[in-house]
Amino acid sequence: MRRTARQRPSDRGRHRPQGRLTLVFVVVTALMLTLLGRLWYLQIVTGPSYVRAATESRVRSVVLPPVRGQIVDAHGRPLVANETKPQVSVDYMALIHQPDGGTDVLTRLARALGRPYQEIADRARLCARDVPRPCWPGSPYQPIVVADDVSVRTALWIAERQDEFPGVSTALRPVRTYPLGSAAAHVLGYLQPPSPDDPEGGPELIGRDGLEAQYDRELAGRTGIRQVAVDSTGKVTGLIREEAAVAGDTLVTSIDARIQEVAERALTRAVAAARKRGEPADSGAAVVLEAKTGRVTAIADYPTYDPGVWTGGISQHDYEDLPLVSAAVQGQWPPGSTWKVTSTAAAAKAGYSLRSSYDCPGGYKIGGRVFHNFESAELGRMDMRRALVVSCDTIFYRFAEKMWRRDGGLKPVKRPKDPMQAMAREFGFGAATGVDLPHEAPGRVPDRAWKKANWERTKADSCRRAKTGYPELSDRKRAAYLKALAADNCRSGGVWWAGDAANFSIGQGDVLVTPLQLARGYAALANGGTVFSPRIGKQVVRPDGTVVRTITPPVVGRIDASRKTLRFIRDSLAGVPRSGTAAGAFEGYAFKRLPVAGKTGTAEAYGRQDTSWFASFGPVKKPKYVVVVVVSQGGTGGTTAAPAAREIWEGIAALAHDKKHDKKKDKRKR
Amino acid sequence: MTTLGPLSVRLPASRATRRRAWAARLAFFPAWGLVLPAAALSAIGLLLVWSATRNEPGSTLPQRQALSVGIGFALMWAVSRIDLRVLRAYVPVLYLLGLVGLVAVLTPLGRTINGSHAWIVLGDGLQFQPSEFAKAATVLALATALGERRDGERRPGAGAVLLALGLAALPVGLIALQPDHGTALVFLVLTTGMIAVSGAPKRWFAAFAAAGAAGLLLVWRLDLIRPYQLQRLMVLADPDADPMGVGYNATQARIAIGSGGLLGKGLFHGEQTAGHFVPEQHTDFIFTVAGEELGFLGAACVILLMLALLWRGLWIAAKSPSPFGTVVAGGVVCWLAFQTFVNVGMTMGLLPVAGLPLPFVSYGGSATISSLAAVGLLAAVNRRTRTPA
Repeated sequence: MRRTARQRPSDRGRHRPQGRLTLVFVVVTALMLTLLGRLWYLQIVTGPSYVRAATESRVRSVVLPPVRGQIVDAHGRPLVANETKPQVSVDYMALIHQPDGGTDVLTRLARALGRPYQEIADRARLCARDVPRPCWPGSPYQPIVVADDVSVRTALWIAERQDEFPGVSTALRPVRTYPLGSAAAHVLGYLQPPSPDDPEGGPELIGRDGLEAQYDRELAGRTGIRQVAVDSTGKVTGLIREEAAVAGDTLVTSIDARIQEVAERALTRAVAAARKRGEPADSGAAVVLEAKTGRVTAIADYPTYDPGVWTGGISQHDYEDLPLVSAAVQGQWPPGSTWKVTSTAAAAKAGYSLRSSYDCPGGYKIGGRVFHNFESAELGRMDMRRALVVSCDTIFYRFAEKMWRRDGGLKPVKRPKDPMQAMAREFGFGAATGVDLPHEAPGRVPDRAWKKANWERTKADSCRRAKTGYPELSDRKRAAYLKALAADNCRSGGVWWAGDAANFSIGQGDVLVTPLQLARGYAALANGGTVFSPRIGKQVVRPDGTVVRTITPPVVGRIDASRKTLRFIRDSLAGVPRSGTAAGAFEGYAFKRLPVAGKTGTAEAYGRQDTSWFASFGPVKKPKYVVVVVVSQGGTGGTTAAPAAREIWEGIAALAHDKKHDKKKDKRKR
Repeated sequence: MTTLGPLSVRLPASRATRRRAWAARLAFFPAWGLVLPAAALSAIGLLLVWSATRNEPGSTLPQRQALSVGIGFALMWAVSRIDLRVLRAYVPVLYLLGLVGLVAVLTPLGRTINGSHAWIVLGDGLQFQPSEFAKAATVLALATALGERRDGERRPGAGAVLLALGLAALPVGLIALQPDHGTALVFLVLTTGMIAVSGAPKRWFAAFAAAGAAGLLLVWRLDLIRPYQLQRLMVLADPDADPMGVGYNATQARIAIGSGGLLGKGLFHGEQTAGHFVPEQHTDFIFTVAGEELGFLGAACVILLMLALLWRGLWIAAKSPSPFGTVVAGGVVCWLAFQTFVNVGMTMGLLPVAGLPLPFVSYGGSATISSLAAVGLLAAVNRRTRTPA
């Protein structure tokens, strides 16, 4: 039928529309086939992605935040609790989609909250390298809390005006509160929004330090989710799935809030007193452990801060000033004479009789250099008990030198015995205690191998300094000393001299311990040799009271020293507060009520003031607690740390007395 | 030339009489090849309108659409019965009526509904879109101009083409004033198509295309294009540019269609449809309901039914003994084809969003009735084919 458009002359005058109609036919068919192709592409080829998009547009997920668990002390007193407060949050993505980037909404919001605009705007911005705090460190897809101490009235007023405040939401949310204020701030830790690149980061704040971080999973509970079907206007048309939030577990700690407060007060007072005496006293810590169990009763740090600053936005200035490092678990200092308990145990094990008498000269010559007693005191002959009480150094120098020689001296035997280092390690030094806190410092027990390795690490620098000196220092004397030291280090820095061994024996030189390590070591001394990995957490308890798990401080080692030796050392230390280096600090102390034994330590550091230590335990015969106090640049152990320890002991004694009294009263009532 | 229409069956003489009586009764719908696709599309349209409005309690839209379809079929039957020669005599009247309607829209009688000032409201719930009826009237008017042949003339002369252009320009101008550019474009396309089908020399065709291009250039240079129109074009280039703003319709329409898959979610089971994610879903975006609920198979059926109807229309055009019939059929085909392509293409993100209904399927009284009447015109041309004058 169809003909081409070109027609024969004979067709002239006849109606022959086929050619043009064929064109229309082709065009129409092509158009419809195009539609079919597009339909195929949309529904079959890319269909699955649209199914996903459809689900996303139709389903809204509402996150149901769980209530975070409390942290309580051993008697159930809250250390970290929750308080329900109305919070105002903004949706960052909704804000930036406003024509003016949300300025208008935030201005109105700031006016409604009675806050300066800048404050609200700062809190609603995302943290970045060049954005100072306050800013939002979390994901831009989570609601950003811009005000958390809003009155219920204001919150309702804002909630009722959704059209005026697009992207702004209000909700009653639990806020962390700290009944003890700044006490144990480092131990408790703090919460922060999860970082945007955290794959597991939800909408909830997560623990960033201390117990909040360590027990985050248990405290956090489980986030619930409610998925609802919505129509195009966002109106909810039905419930698809609901999974209720599960409240976080409560962490019961072994901390005794009252002892913690006593420790905080004693430490603060010791720092204040040291400063009055002109010492810098820049930081300090007080640790109270249960000697027999390895549980932590109190950890006080100085300086500390009020963990309440984390609630709400924190300014850059405040953030930079926050002392976030815990002196008790992250601070490391040479232990000074408190170290002598390990050296004494090492000497006893090496065969020195503790009851024999030894000479305690004012100085002891080692390798051409005289090592002195504290203030070069000439103390005469004495047994080891007296040596510990008056803190004679020269006796330990002699022990150390002899042990060093036995190991071959400058030409060490293949496997040196290093009795003092070995004993120090048995006490748990030189390794992190494994306490349930993050970022713990490991301390250091130096020996031949360490010194060599350290020398190799620093040799290049030392040798350069030996040549160039320290022209940048204005203190000529100090520069000369450092240059000589550098030259010495460059040449023979890797050699473990007899002097190093001597320094080690009295806890000076390169030895480093954390206050918690020292407390653990003394606990081991006090309990007859058991070295624990201390724990602050005691139990994880569900909100309904069922115990999820009980935490016991694991035993990580035993001191290989005879019971007799340890008892001898303990008994010796009992003399320190009565008649020894801490006698001044313990003058008038009621030894009858709670007999205490301890050891002072005064660690020297070139160019800095001495580190003041006091490590103690009590009652002497059946030790229950260990108390360790350190004040960095705080002077001698007897003048600064020992009085603080005494105050803590008195506090413990008073509390024990109260408890006994209470029990008696209870009995009488029955 | 013997033509075998779908109903022309040779039967023995005895039964033939009875059959012929049947045939006469069935002659309501003289061209089943046209009526079946149109009826199927109308039925699918009714179901889809029902589905799209199912969550609106008390909605009478499906019933009203059913009424429109009924009226449309009645009019289709009536038009198909009219002898083309008689119809041709009334073309000037119909054309003038169409123009009057378009002018009336611009007077205070006109109303703006859904952002388009294209309506005349006669009473409560009784409203119509003159531009829809003007389409049919214009097709007839252009056919009259292009289909009259002086003796010995094989193709329409310059005068006929110019007359046709003039006749088309009036409604196009009036509609552009509403403004309803989509509908104006339909007029331009059907005019182009009819001039082409009429056999007018190619140079006219070229001149017309050049004029169109010049017009577009003018619109562009004089900034007559409105920002929202420009945005609609931009969205076409980058559909995800502004999913909550200008691109919302297009994005949601593609999601609804795309999520239908091969078999669809089932009639009345489309979740996107239930949630009213696609605006104007029962009118201009009705195809998204087909896509979501009926899937590829169902939506393709809609397109194929339309293609069947268009092919049949072209077949009728080819068979028409008179140039008038050919041009009328060609015009109707171009009109329906273009409107279908623009509407479906727009829902699938092929073309910018333009307010054109899908013939037979979209909700809308005027459009449904005039489309069915147009099918009636095709049938009338077909009838002339079967009973040569």
